[in-house]
Amino acid sequence: MEMYRSHIMICRGTGCSSSNSEQIAKNFEEQLKIHGLEKEIIVERTGCFGLCALGPIVIIYPEAAFYSQVKPEDVEEIVKEHLVKGRIVKRLLYAETVVEDRIKSINDVDFYRKQKRVALRNCGIINPEDIDEYIAFDGYKALTKCLTELKPEEVIDIIKQSGLQGRGGAGFPTGVKWGFAAAAKGDVKYVLCNADEGDPGAFMDRSVLEGDPHAVLEAMTIAGYAVGGNQGYVYVRAEYPIAVKRLGIAINQAKEYGLLGKNILGTGFDFDIEIRLGAGAFVCGEETALIASMEGERGAPRPRPPFPANKGLFGKPTLLNNVETYANICNIINKGPEWFASMGTEKSKGTKIFALGGKIHNTGLVEIEMGTTMREIVEEIGGGCPNGKKFKAAQTGGPSGGCVPAEHFDVPIDYENLKAIGSMMGSGGLIVMDEDNCMVDIARFFLDFTVDESCGKCTPCREGTKRMYEILEKIIDGKGEEGDLERLENLAKNISQTALCALGQTAPNPVLSTIRYFRDEYEAHIKEKRCPAGVCQALLQYKINPDICTGCTICARNCPVDAISGKRKEAHVIDQSKCTKCGVCMEKCPFKAITRG
Amino acid sequence: MKTIQELEEIRKKTLETISLRKDQTGTRVVVGMATCGIAAGARPVLLAIMDEIKKHNLSDVIVAQTGCIGLCVYEPIVEVYKPGQEKVTYVKVNPSKAIRIVNEHIMKDKVVDEYTIGTEA
Repeated sequence: MEMYRSHIMICRGTGCSSSNSEQIAKNFEEQLKIHGLEKEIIVERTGCFGLCALGPIVIIYPEAAFYSQVKPEDVEEIVKEHLVKGRIVKRLLYAETVVEDRIKSINDVDFYRKQKRVALRNCGIINPEDIDEYIAFDGYKALTKCLTELKPEEVIDIIKQSGLQGRGGAGFPTGVKWGFAAAAKGDVKYVLCNADEGDPGAFMDRSVLEGDPHAVLEAMTIAGYAVGGNQGYVYVRAEYPIAVKRLGIAINQAKEYGLLGKNILGTGFDFDIEIRLGAGAFVCGEETALIASMEGERGAPRPRPPFPANKGLFGKPTLLNNVETYANICNIINKGPEWFASMGTEKSKGTKIFALGGKIHNTGLVEIEMGTTMREIVEEIGGGCPNGKKFKAAQTGGPSGGCVPAEHFDVPIDYENLKAIGSMMGSGGLIVMDEDNCMVDIARFFLDFTVDESCGKCTPCREGTKRMYEILEKIIDGKGEEGDLERLENLAKNISQTALCALGQTAPNPVLSTIRYFRDEYEAHIKEKRCPAGVCQALLQYKINPDICTGCTICARNCPVDAISGKRKEAHVIDQSKCTKCGVCMEKCPFKAITRG
Repeated sequence: MKTIQELEEIRKKTLETISLRKDQTGTRVVVGMATCGIAAGARPVLLAIMDEIKKHNLSDVIVAQTGCIGLCVYEPIVEVYKPGQEKVTYVKVNPSKAIRIVNEHIMKDKVVDEYTIGTEA
């Protein structure tokens, strides 16, 4: 056995990689050589630690020193001080972990304390390109157990008892789905993994694939055994190059070890997995569109039934689950369905990963127990809105979901509750908005996405969302009129009842939920031609308060279009016909005499 | 192709190398590695400890470093923390003493009294 006294874990997820973590890893390797430490200390490239806002992140064990925002040029100091002399470089530590000169365990930091990492259990802890490390932390134990001790129907029963629901968005009970696929008649059955994560702001599936690819492969193999399939495919978008690469490495290593392929572990069970790349169309996350795309057809949905469980890929019975759903399976088999069902609320069991984004301090990836409140996620884990701004709402479920306003801050999050307040769990994107966000503008943003991504097959989605978008544009441009809200609601109702697939049916949700909770904002736009948050440019006016203005001329000198005039030491005025609403004057005014509204 | 037994062996072997990333419950050996410690020969001591741990396949032992404790005259200093026991501080350690500390104290729970602070002055 190789003994390393210290392990340097460097995040090589997409977030940290984009801020140069590979260079950091290389510098560590170089510095360790210079100091003759390469035989004592190992450099490992891992998956996401979750705290992406503070990346690149480097954790050094055994001290578990959590270095954040490390730059390549910091590496020499860390090696010389920490690794040679045992003096932790405090200035580079994640500030939250330092208490009165002592390092706090990372699990006691607010960001991690409330989290429960089940699907993310190995992310950031193992090197995802080394199958041995996955095996060390109970990897392929669940598969061994299934193949040697359990009958396929017993595996399905365990999944049913656990209460696991599909983590892709709709929340269909996973065990029931497996049961359908197992009951379907057919000589060939397929097991698919949906890694076509397309919601703006969602990146949990990517992080699981990047940080723990074997967890998904093992679970798919178990699913194959349970439903009677021998071939699996992972449909992953080509925009996730690191995930695709690691998945490929993982498949090859599993094949080498005989954990994929013929006669797995000598039990006589055959199962193979291949990768299929998607071109990044949002609609291909819908199961029938995904299957069409895999068959080489255009990625467009078809009416159900028949459901994929009976007639899926190439017309054969097909089981399709999302990445995060699979990431829970092995733990359920290893620890038992009771363990899983003991977490969460009465109806929603287990944990859920959320990708925190938008106006939040700790942008990143968090996994919480179902039933955690939005307040706990946003304030305690996420650290609240930056710059002391007030929380306004959080969008869950991306373009298919809706917003959760501050008044529902204390609702425990689970599938049912989110639905009841007009949103949905979705895949787990969570975009936080503060008082500076205009909800009409937010609704337009999501609708713009849907209009752009609509596959065009059915009229309600293709034409209806476009018409809704036009009405929103009109409102934002200050041309809204009486009856627009009713028109929006009417269109929304029609689209949700008549669109072909779930993406069309849920497309109006962001508009509906913002109207539901922020009707006054819409009305201010339409009736008063005013944007309360000060976002919609056409509705803004900058004004100089003559009582405060000292005539210092700073604003006039900085205005790029010469819209401000006035004599020295006298109050200035803005010519509204020239003003382009760039806001420079307000920024520059030393007396805060300029207001926006 | 691996058998189930081989899989179990890989698990055990790899866990020994990477267990220090999970909950740490075992013994901690801390070597003083400030300038004073290094000048007095702390590095060969650290390497000897690691070699010995490797030789005996001890999985639940963590080797860490620390800075100057203020007793520079006694360097190299090695501290052994066993769960539920008082910390033991060894002073003026050299590689051969280090090997004895691993073999007797860490492996057999027998503190090597004559190397501890106070006795070796």
